[in-house]
Amino acid sequence: MPWLSTLMAVPVLGAVGVSLVKSDKLAKQLALAVSLVVLALTVVLAVRFQPASETRFQFAEVYDWIPRFGVHYGVGVDGIALVLIALSAVLVPIVILASWHDADGPGGDARLGEASPKLVATPPKRSVKTYFALLLVLEAMMIGVFAATDVFLFYVFFEAMLIPMYFMIGSYGGAQRSYAAVKFLLYSLFGGLLMLVAVIALYVVAGKNTFMFPELIAAVQDPTTQKWLFAGFFIAFAVKAPLWPFHTWLPDAAAQAPAGAAVLLVGVLDKVGTYGMLRFCLELFPEASKFFTPLVIVLAVVGIVYGAIVAIGQTDMKRLIAYTSISHFGFIALGVFAMTTNAGAGATLYMVNHGFSTGALFLIAGFLIYRRGSSRIADYGGVQKVAPLLAGTFLIAGLSGLSLPGLSTFVSEFMVLLGTYQRYPVPAIIATSGVVLAAVYILWMYQRMMTGAPKEPAYAVPGSPGEAAHVLPGAPKEPVSSEEPVEPVASKKPALSLPDLNLREIFVVAPLVAVLLVLGFYPKPVLDVINPAVDKTLSSINLEQPKPAVADQKGAGQ
Amino acid sequence: MNDAIIQPPTIEYALLSPMLLVFGAAIVGVLVEAFAPRYLRKSIHMPLTLLALVGAFLMTVLNAVNGLPDAPAAMGSVAVDGPSLFIWGIILVLALVSTLLINDEEQFVAQAAAVPGSPDEEEAILSGYAQTEVYPLLLFSVGGMLLFASANDLLIMFVGLEVMSLPLYLLCGLARRRRLLSQEASVKYFLLGAFSSAFFLYGMALIYGYAGSVDLRAISASLSAVSGQETLLLIGTAMLGIGLLFKIGAAPFQAWKPDVYQGAPTAVTALMASTVLVAAFGAVLRVFWVALGGLEWNWKPVMWGVAILTMIVGAILAITQTEIKRMLAYSSIAHAGFLLTGIVAVGAAEQNAQALSAILFYLAAYGFTTVGAFAVVTMVRDAGGEAGHLSRWAGLGKRSPVLAGIFAFFLLAFAGIPLTSGFFGKYAVFSAAVAGDALPLVVVGVVSSAIAAFFYVRVIVLMFFSEPAADGPSIAAPTVGTSAVVALAAAATVVLGIFPQPVLDLADQAASALFIR
Repeated sequence: MPWLSTLMAVPVLGAVGVSLVKSDKLAKQLALAVSLVVLALTVVLAVRFQPASETRFQFAEVYDWIPRFGVHYGVGVDGIALVLIALSAVLVPIVILASWHDADGPGGDARLGEASPKLVATPPKRSVKTYFALLLVLEAMMIGVFAATDVFLFYVFFEAMLIPMYFMIGSYGGAQRSYAAVKFLLYSLFGGLLMLVAVIALYVVAGKNTFMFPELIAAVQDPTTQKWLFAGFFIAFAVKAPLWPFHTWLPDAAAQAPAGAAVLLVGVLDKVGTYGMLRFCLELFPEASKFFTPLVIVLAVVGIVYGAIVAIGQTDMKRLIAYTSISHFGFIALGVFAMTTNAGAGATLYMVNHGFSTGALFLIAGFLIYRRGSSRIADYGGVQKVAPLLAGTFLIAGLSGLSLPGLSTFVSEFMVLLGTYQRYPVPAIIATSGVVLAAVYILWMYQRMMTGAPKEPAYAVPGSPGEAAHVLPGAPKEPVSSEEPVEPVASKKPALSLPDLNLREIFVVAPLVAVLLVLGFYPKPVLDVINPAVDKTLSSINLEQPKPAVADQKGAGQ
Repeated sequence: MNDAIIQPPTIEYALLSPMLLVFGAAIVGVLVEAFAPRYLRKSIHMPLTLLALVGAFLMTVLNAVNGLPDAPAAMGSVAVDGPSLFIWGIILVLALVSTLLINDEEQFVAQAAAVPGSPDEEEAILSGYAQTEVYPLLLFSVGGMLLFASANDLLIMFVGLEVMSLPLYLLCGLARRRRLLSQEASVKYFLLGAFSSAFFLYGMALIYGYAGSVDLRAISASLSAVSGQETLLLIGTAMLGIGLLFKIGAAPFQAWKPDVYQGAPTAVTALMASTVLVAAFGAVLRVFWVALGGLEWNWKPVMWGVAILTMIVGAILAITQTEIKRMLAYSSIAHAGFLLTGIVAVGAAEQNAQALSAILFYLAAYGFTTVGAFAVVTMVRDAGGEAGHLSRWAGLGKRSPVLAGIFAFFLLAFAGIPLTSGFFGKYAVFSAAVAGDALPLVVVGVVSSAIAAFFYVRVIVLMFFSEPAADGPSIAAPTVGTSAVVALAAAATVVLGIFPQPVLDLADQAASALFIR
């Protein structure tokens, strides 16, 4: 059975179905059902996957697509691809559930709508069906991009997946959405086009008349050519990931995207960049990778520290989370280019964990924003008194962001640092400061938003949602001192102005928290899938693995 | 002396039948104009034009199926070879599609001779006049294109060029709305076109002075035989080049394109933007690869410069445009630049075949998308005719999501996003250029693609992410023809973007034997 093709076909057909049905409600339910089917298929796939098998790419399908260019429809997964596909398949249903009312416009969620005055900058009513259809198309492309074993096919997905995300940001995002969408698209497109040159040149130089990845491994011998081609691929991935200094699009895009899209953007799309470095940069151009390693490590370490410091200074929740991600992507790139098994496996695990942890942060931030209509940290205060569940889950997600032991990100961050230290002690030590800074930005944000006296929205105009809907998050607001909450709201429903998580939202957050905890205590199943694949990847680089100074450290974090 | 019997020239009627059919139908069209009563004309013209184009296309296919001749037809003056047949096929299909657009009375002036704004004009409109000459003019122009692209002789090529261009000059001036703009476009196009024809003619004369022949094969042979006359040859080559580059709108000869595309009736713009580019590239290939192939080292550096300049000028100037047709015109300039990178990728025979096939595929892909895009432009109207200004397109995605979606799709194809035809066109040309040692050109190409993406995306932003204006343009209920054009173009853009292999095979076959000489 063509598992991977099925996995891609189901969401595409689902998207067609969603765009055809009449009612919005049915469209949402159908989208959720389709994404659950994909999740179920992925689970079956993961169960049937044999980590120890000699065949590197399992469930492989190869058909000629465009023989003229040597392009194949070639898909197959190894451990690295499998866990990333699983990440996408888990996140999409959660995102669909979380975005249930995002496209409905003000007052979409009746239960929340009654409780809180809609002061909101939720975008006006948009086509609900389009939103969910785009989500499903994006899911198919995310699966495709990780499953592609043909470099050209990978490129096609790499570029094509920009389009649904572009429309999701541009049509459903916040006030600056079109600016953010265009910036996102142009940055990625520019990187992608440089990669296109490298893809073409790879084909011509390798002279094998095929784009199949296994045949192209280390096919380019000339060191100078390798370096140029590496640069073409790497810049595209560095923009995508994003590494410092190619990162400036991410805070804009993530802050303006609707929460669900931001989760997929930062959680999955950006992983394509780090995944590409691990899979394509290292293996296609091993010599060039070694040559550029010092540069990449410097960029990664700068990114770790810079992202963390800038995150501390943010006044906007979503921008803050975006900057934390830049810091985390530094860790991932560091792990990839440290080229040790520990660091490589850690980086791969980090990609997965970061997807869940940032996903949880973005989604809970999205719930807060949906309630109050502002993403400014200063507009919140004392949330844990009025909405303990909301605050509690936010804390757990935040703690996973700062890699608290017991939560999954700790395992991967530790492995990355350990693996890097084996070869590059100084960068590893500097990178560790990122962990400390993470505690600052997360806990300080929590302190400002969740603790203290409950703060009422500063600019509430109850009962006139239409008017309030035009208040933009970035727009100047009438300064109201926090000592004197605006009278009308406070007198009306003081305690309920920020309702706690409702049932739907609990269903969104619960699986994420569960995954963070389970993988924090018992990451072995995932590592068992990842490790052989990372070994195979690194074996093609011909770099001697550093001997651990003490006994076997492979079980670190288990 | 009296025993010298004049040998009648041999004409391969079967091979030339597509051209003959189109010209024949054009002449019948003139007769219809002369003798048929006014109310009947259109109902005769329309089927006649369509039949002629369909018939010519079928004959082209038949020729291709019957196998290619190994020598030029008509005493060596017309080369009906693989590339010719492929280009004929594209031109005829695109002309057919454009005819469906032209069959829309809203586009054309009631009486071209009436002074704009005069009582005569009002009277003409009231009495329902129509310039049905559009149809025979179109056929003459298409016939000229077929000849232009397949001429194996500079003189014949010049005839083709003029037969193609003269009707277009007229057609450009026939817009129903904003007639002064249209007439200005027509005059501009005519003057500049005549100027460039003169260059072409002068270049031809100089080359004749060098080679002693206007036959492409003879010119090619003389390159290695004649010495000491290089000045004539080089100046002649430059002048021929100017004449041809003008027609494809390469920088620095691109200035006419935005004005003419904007002023001309949009249906005519669609015809020009697609078919003229195809025909002109056919001629450029023939002149530079067949006749002047041996001079490669001399013209290649210049062509590099022209290609770079064209891509950059097209991409950068397009950003500042506020009129949709002008923007598409600059986009067409940028695309001409991308195609020129394929022209530069000349080398060994195998490399040439690859580059040629890439160019042919690109022309097919680009032609369909262009016709489709202009067809959409014809449908977005307000009280004063088509809503050309970009600000009027704001929020179109809300008013008519399907149309705006299709237009966005065309724009993404222009931008070369994967899974559209434009991507594979660009990929084919760029990979041919990389194989032909023109990597820097490809880098410039992708950089200008990235710049170009900005203005395509800007239109998408306007259509989908902006609020519609209160008095925004309405979408004209499309005629059957226009909807068919849009649907066909969208289908071609999708199919060539997902399964390009059949057309690539076709282009490969057409290109495999290269040009016959």
